[in-house]
Amino acid sequence: MKIQILGSGCKKCNQLRENAEAAARELGLDFEIEKITDFGEIARLGALVTPALAIDGRLKLAGRVATPEELKPILAQG
Amino acid sequence: MPGLFAPYEQFARWCTERVFGLDPASRLGSSVEFFLYDVPKVLTLLLAVSFAVGTLQTWLQPEAVRRMLEGRRLLFGNIAAAVTGIFTPFCSCSAVPLFIGFLKGGVPLGVTFSYLISAPMVNEVAVALLWGLFGWRVAAIYIGFGVALAIAGGTVIGLLRLEKWVEPFVWEVPAAAGGVAELTLRARIAEGWRSSREIFGKVWPYIVGGIAAGAFIHGYVPEELVMRWAGPGNPFAVPVAVLLGVPLYANVAGVLPITEALAGKGMPLGTVLAFTMAVTALSAPEMIILRNVLRPPLLAVFAGVMTAGIISVGYLFNFVL
Repeated sequence: MKIQILGSGCKKCNQLRENAEAAARELGLDFEIEKITDFGEIARLGALVTPALAIDGRLKLAGRVATPEELKPILAQG
Repeated sequence: MPGLFAPYEQFARWCTERVFGLDPASRLGSSVEFFLYDVPKVLTLLLAVSFAVGTLQTWLQPEAVRRMLEGRRLLFGNIAAAVTGIFTPFCSCSAVPLFIGFLKGGVPLGVTFSYLISAPMVNEVAVALLWGLFGWRVAAIYIGFGVALAIAGGTVIGLLRLEKWVEPFVWEVPAAAGGVAELTLRARIAEGWRSSREIFGKVWPYIVGGIAAGAFIHGYVPEELVMRWAGPGNPFAVPVAVLLGVPLYANVAGVLPITEALAGKGMPLGTVLAFTMAVTALSAPEMIILRNVLRPPLLAVFAGVMTAGIISVGYLFNFVL
């Protein structure tokens, strides 16, 4: 699966990326992480607020840094 | 709301006299008492206000706001957008995705601007600080003027029909629909508490530092100096305060306590309000971010309308009210 982190590259996006990586690794998922910083692309994925997280092009979470614990069920669903 | 903060006042007096053995009428004593009174009071208010806003915000996710504002007419839409902005502060890094998402969702340009002005200007940190430092009336006046300015600014931009100055790529982004998850009341409160702790953790050092600087001014800077530079006799105090506020983004927590001390020595309230609005709504980083979606003429109109509006608020308050 492709985990996409949406945001302009501020501190919060990096934190979300780290949390997502930690959660995915703990779940033993086969994943790659993509950072999306282009505003057009962020909007195309439907995020109104950043940081946001999408999986394979589907928006899953927007506007906050979720903890690894919160991210696990989202990532497990795929 | 008299009496609400009386325990804080007693605590500060008691600490100053008994713990530090200082006379509250002395310079050092009045500085110490000022610090010990303001820090706990402002931090308490910050926790309470950001918890309330963080919880309310879960009912007003940007998705829901966009649906509410879709296709709204001028003025009515602007009013709705500006009022909604009170409860939905956002970080300036979200300004661009919000802008694109709103326009693509069919929210008119002027209405989008009302939201973009009101949401960052009327934020929980500024409101909690104004309430703690200047009282709830000043906080309410700030919210009122902030909303009025957002309505007026967005309406002007809407009437000027400046859509041609939005970067063309914005119109080419395909519209996307994101889902909004329904939350239980318990989850909303948990979210409010989480956002309150996050804001508190980020802001408290600025508040303590700012109040320490304010306490120094309170005890040591002579009144005549403040009156000469920032007092009602200086007709340029308002525009100068606005210009000073532009580079101070995100430091509203650190600079407002300093203005409180200055206000205590004669700086008029309109100047304080204009300065606070400039810090929160006219930030250089936000302008740079917005440049991604606004062509320079529209950016200039936006900055010009805001500057004129904020300066008018300052003068209106100082000279008319």
